[in-house]
Amino acid sequence: MKKWLQPGLWIPLLLVAAFAAYPAITGSASARETMFTMIMSIGLASSLNILLGYTGYVSFGHIVFFGLGGYLGFWAIDELGWHLAPAVLLGGVTAGLLALLLGLAILRLRGAYFALATIGVNEAMKSLVMNLPFLGAATGMELNFSVYKSYGGPATALWMVYWSLAAIVLIITVVSYAVKKSKFGLGLMAIREDEDAAGIMGVVSSRAKTWAYVLSAVFPGMIGVLFFFKNGIIEPGSAFRLNLSIELLVMVMLGGAGTVLGPILGGAFYQRLRGLLLTSDLFKNIQLAVAGLLLLLIVLFIPSGAVGWLRERSDRLRRVLE
Amino acid sequence: MILQLRGVTKQFGGLTAVKDVSFDLAKGEILGLIGPNGAGKTTLFNCINGVYPVTKGTVTFLGEDVTNSPTYSMAHRGLARTHQIVRPLNDLTVRDNVIVGACYGSKRMGLGAAADTADKTLEFVGLAPRSESLAGSLNVAQKKRLEMARALASQPTLLLLDEVLAGLNTAEVSNMLATIRRIREQGVTIIMIEHIMHAVMNLSDRIIVLNYGELIASGAPDEVAQDPQVVEAYLGDPELAAQLLEKEKEEDGATGNA
Repeated sequence: MKKWLQPGLWIPLLLVAAFAAYPAITGSASARETMFTMIMSIGLASSLNILLGYTGYVSFGHIVFFGLGGYLGFWAIDELGWHLAPAVLLGGVTAGLLALLLGLAILRLRGAYFALATIGVNEAMKSLVMNLPFLGAATGMELNFSVYKSYGGPATALWMVYWSLAAIVLIITVVSYAVKKSKFGLGLMAIREDEDAAGIMGVVSSRAKTWAYVLSAVFPGMIGVLFFFKNGIIEPGSAFRLNLSIELLVMVMLGGAGTVLGPILGGAFYQRLRGLLLTSDLFKNIQLAVAGLLLLLIVLFIPSGAVGWLRERSDRLRRVLE
Repeated sequence: MILQLRGVTKQFGGLTAVKDVSFDLAKGEILGLIGPNGAGKTTLFNCINGVYPVTKGTVTFLGEDVTNSPTYSMAHRGLARTHQIVRPLNDLTVRDNVIVGACYGSKRMGLGAAADTADKTLEFVGLAPRSESLAGSLNVAQKKRLEMARALASQPTLLLLDEVLAGLNTAEVSNMLATIRRIREQGVTIIMIEHIMHAVMNLSDRIIVLNYGELIASGAPDEVAQDPQVVEAYLGDPELAAQLLEKEKEEDGATGNA
């Protein structure tokens, strides 16, 4: 298969691998924590990109899949005593199922109506979880410290979680590329450009949109389990954080919606910037305002994002960057 | 019979855009659909390919009742159309636009086969040199050709052409006419909405005329052109129209003599 050897695939893969390898070289736990946040953002942004970039549907509440997957996985580990691996799968499956059900209901909506509905879903899920005693209601759940022992102690467990995350994000990158280069992906892009015209050409848009939504939800569900397992604590406020949803949109738009590489660059750059802002006296309280301003500037001046902008500039880059 | 319409009616609230239209279409035929602006021609297309649900009546395509079938199912059955106001997928390349048509049309091809079909179709309509350009960057004439290529790549049995000649200059029109003739030679049945009379008269085997949503005439191009109701629909008062036509002939005669 020639298409698997294209630079459009290996450039993003190498980039993610390089980010992931950085803390292993230095061996420092703080570098690992920084890179965990960055790689997680890249994974979430790349997943969102399948819906936002390829299909053209803006989801403001995408973090609901991260939160719900995280909750279910956390519960399975904490209450049922599951190992991390099946819990991660459970998180992914739960998120995917939620997307499937939601897709049937709200993907009939288009444009701003769909976007608003996704916010509603996130807030509704948050309220629901806050009222479910078995998930710890408003106070959430905490992992017993002894859980980490079966993974060789906390230090080893944290590295294992980190490598699992890196592996999942590499898989997301491959999936993102495969979708973009497939017949399914072409159908999604046709929907993005003109949904009615796509239907007239034979694209069954309701079905394609739903699968795109499911695909974009499964990985955030899995990542959620890893994140909250690492933290050892989960509560509704941190699981269904609308802010993070908006930040994901900024990352995708910044790097280039509808490209494989874009969300990776966008996620990395945004997290780096956020790190700098949070440590500066001037910006630490208004870093979200900076995100908002950034989004505004991108939408106004480079709506195709960094990678999109580069692709428009030269045919040569267009062949190399996907 | 490829297509049969029986009593097709479409109402938007109190407005009847298409009223009780019935006709048959045989395989290999080119049917011209004409009528003044606002007569309901495009609405009729939209009723045939499922963009609008019909208020009353039935549409039968290849022997199956397809009334109110969704647009994608009509495409899968072998119906393709172009749009009067072009609808290119702007951020995709010209080639990818056509590949979408081939992938999701009547044959549901895989990507590889679709790419081959797309290249052949682009060659056929004369867009091959632009195949790697973004569809949004084409000019109007090229976008019309792209609409045509997308529709053809789906390997349709029936092709609905909605004013593919509008907005083209003389040279582009004759190019497009040649293309349509070649499509017919491949055995594709066509219904075309057209305002350029000499084109539609020359190409069509049969013409039907809509006025205020009603079918007012049907027949060979010559018969339809003579029909007083048709002349009235286009020009108003038939007697006045007749006088105008007489006058024109005299003037032609005068110049001919001189």
